[in-house]
Amino acid sequence: MVDNNKFIVSHATFWHDGSRISTRNYNIALAALPAILLGIICYGMSAVGVVSLSISSAIIWEFIFCRITKRSLTIGDGNAAVIGMLFGMLLPATAPWWLVILGTFVAVVIGKQIYGGIGAYPFNPVVVAMAIVMISWKDIFDFNEALMNYDFDFAMVYPLAALKHFGVSAVDSFSLGDLLMGKQSGGIGSTFGVGLIAGGIYLIIRGIIRWEIALSFLAGVFITALIFNMSDSGRYAGPVVHLFAGYTLIGAFFLATEDSSSPVNFIPILIYGAGTGLLTVLIRNIGVYVDGVIFAILIMNLVNPLLDKIKPKAIGKVA
Amino acid sequence: MIKRSFIGLLKPRLEYGSLEETPSLKQIPIPKEITLLSNCPFDKKNLLLKKKATVKTGQKLLLYKESDEYVVSSVTGQVSSTSSYTGDFGRSYTAITIEVADDEEVDDEFKDISKDASLETIKNFLAFSPGNPLGNPPVKLFVDKDKSISTIVVCCADSDLLITTNRHVVKSDIDAVKEGISILKAATGVNDVVMIASHGQMHELSAIGEKVSQVNDTYPSALPHLIMKDILSKVVPAGKNPEDIGVGFISAEAVASIGKAFSNGQIPLTKILTLVKKDGSKSLVSARIGTPANDIFNAFNITLNEDDRIIFGGPMTGSSVYSENHPVQPDTDAIIIQDRDDIPVISDYPCTNCGDCLRVCPVNIQVGMLVRLLEGGHYEEAADQYDLYSCIECGLCSYVCVSGMPIFQYIRSAKYELGRANTAEATNNG
Ligand code: SF4
Ligand code: SF4
Repeated sequence: MVDNNKFIVSHATFWHDGSRISTRNYNIALAALPAILLGIICYGMSAVGVVSLSISSAIIWEFIFCRITKRSLTIGDGNAAVIGMLFGMLLPATAPWWLVILGTFVAVVIGKQIYGGIGAYPFNPVVVAMAIVMISWKDIFDFNEALMNYDFDFAMVYPLAALKHFGVSAVDSFSLGDLLMGKQSGGIGSTFGVGLIAGGIYLIIRGIIRWEIALSFLAGVFITALIFNMSDSGRYAGPVVHLFAGYTLIGAFFLATEDSSSPVNFIPILIYGAGTGLLTVLIRNIGVYVDGVIFAILIMNLVNPLLDKIKPKAIGKVA
Repeated sequence: MIKRSFIGLLKPRLEYGSLEETPSLKQIPIPKEITLLSNCPFDKKNLLLKKKATVKTGQKLLLYKESDEYVVSSVTGQVSSTSSYTGDFGRSYTAITIEVADDEEVDDEFKDISKDASLETIKNFLAFSPGNPLGNPPVKLFVDKDKSISTIVVCCADSDLLITTNRHVVKSDIDAVKEGISILKAATGVNDVVMIASHGQMHELSAIGEKVSQVNDTYPSALPHLIMKDILSKVVPAGKNPEDIGVGFISAEAVASIGKAFSNGQIPLTKILTLVKKDGSKSLVSARIGTPANDIFNAFNITLNEDDRIIFGGPMTGSSVYSENHPVQPDTDAIIIQDRDDIPVISDYPCTNCGDCLRVCPVNIQVGMLVRLLEGGHYEEAADQYDLYSCIECGLCSYVCVSGMPIFQYIRSAKYELGRANTAEATNNG
């Protein structure tokens, strides 16, 4: 047997459906774009500044970390860019530069890489970073204060803060249409309800996020808010405000659905999603924080490994 | 290669494709040299066949002392070399190479014996005939005392993608299939026969007069374990095969081999396979068992380049070979050539927990968790807690893995390693 050619010898399967981590991440970025664009239209150049700084610093942190630890360079997979992008979307347009850079450091280096990089972290890195900066620099996230110097053609009010401090009557002025069209103050990419929902639906159709998570999260928010509202409608706002204000939508479609930190089996997903929704409203209504999405996701990330122990029985398994 | 659809929410649909797409059969001339593979580990000392031994077409060649393993020569000629061949996961095979003589002479040992269509005859002469996998040919199942087969499943569908062998056999030689079934029934005494039809075969097969059931036209419905579950409503326990619960699977091609052998008094020696070229076009080929792939490539004017891939078998479950001289075996249902640019990259990314694998797994294995354990070499734990042995080896998890991990390879090699460890333990204790 004389052979002239060397052939590639490897194991089955020899076909692959062509899906890639990078494609997934670029699609997530694409889906987030409408919400960011509206933020930019609202807040102008400073929003552009915050988002681009957030994306670029996240990529740079990843680059630096990979170099220092001599891991193979992973910025091409788009994961760091998506982390930066989502982090930027949660920030107010007035966030100072050092906060952005610090936040992406926490997300990329502490939240992601130290745990071993993609796929290995238990908490959503963006959420970890947000939790830390929100606790440390509360004032920056007082969206009403922060965005005071903006001149809007709509009531420049952060609905959840108004709700917390002035009660239900303060949010009466928000119509569903206003909330959906981003006529509320909040994070750069977190207020354009229609954009976030459209992006979410796109990701669901492409099979990139698990629809069960988004839906059960929203259902959890809706039902819990409704129960509160029915028990005392003078103190607790109805479900619409809770669904479309604050970080609910970006949380449902972009944060809670992160692959690594969420469950994959159907029943665990329902518990995870509904639990996140429930905690969100609990924190908003009776907790000390204005918005509960970030902490709710963090807590449910923590119990995720336990939840995923509830798994379907493999066929053929002998007891 | 079928890619993920834009609507990724849907499960992938891998259709078996129709026979009509494949053009007529091309006969490959008898090559200058053939190689017969047996899955017996090579052992030069005990090998009965010596170099220069002459063999005739259709002659049964016993391989080793005190063993009843054999191959059947598909040509007339002289043994030119005996060697070891190393296959997937380092399995060792015996390779017998025969230089073909100018004049063909047919061996007549089988002719006399073929008057008695007994199970012994089938087992002793037809285990190497077309349609029988190396190692566990179905014809041996029926004589195995431990198995006590009570149902015979004749698979007329093809189990992997792109393959059309069984469907071609049914279409071109239904009489041989029919004859084979009646011989098999008489010899085994088993009367419960179920024929598995693929899309469009129902009509042809009903004429035979046995039970016929149609299998779904998407992969992996025609894999034995799924036929058991969906058609026979019997779940094969993890780590077991259909024969362990009394169901013997045999392919339409193997059944037709039995039919032909007894009606012609000759052991069938030509294998029907599908050749898939780089551009994806398919041709049906008939070649003597042992024909080097190269002879087939030459017949179609195919040239291969460095870093291309040659696959023996289907795209999901086949195996790739080192050499373009790799011989056609009794169960080589397809030879696929993949251009180096079409070979999917296997990445070193870890699992990102996207969950796509467990959504496609036909037996509900938590593939993501399983592969994390296998990567770390925790085979025992993988078997105990994450259902390694429930895997029916369809390969879909590897096909969809977003990280591009060779999951299926991990699974197969873990099973192989555990199997070896168990055998070693058994030998030590015994
Ligand atoms: S190969 Fe993968 S998808 Fe198929 S049965 Fe095994 S684990 Fe499940
Ligand atoms: S498809 Fe691959 S990356 Fe996704 S969960 Fe399964 S093993 Fe992990």
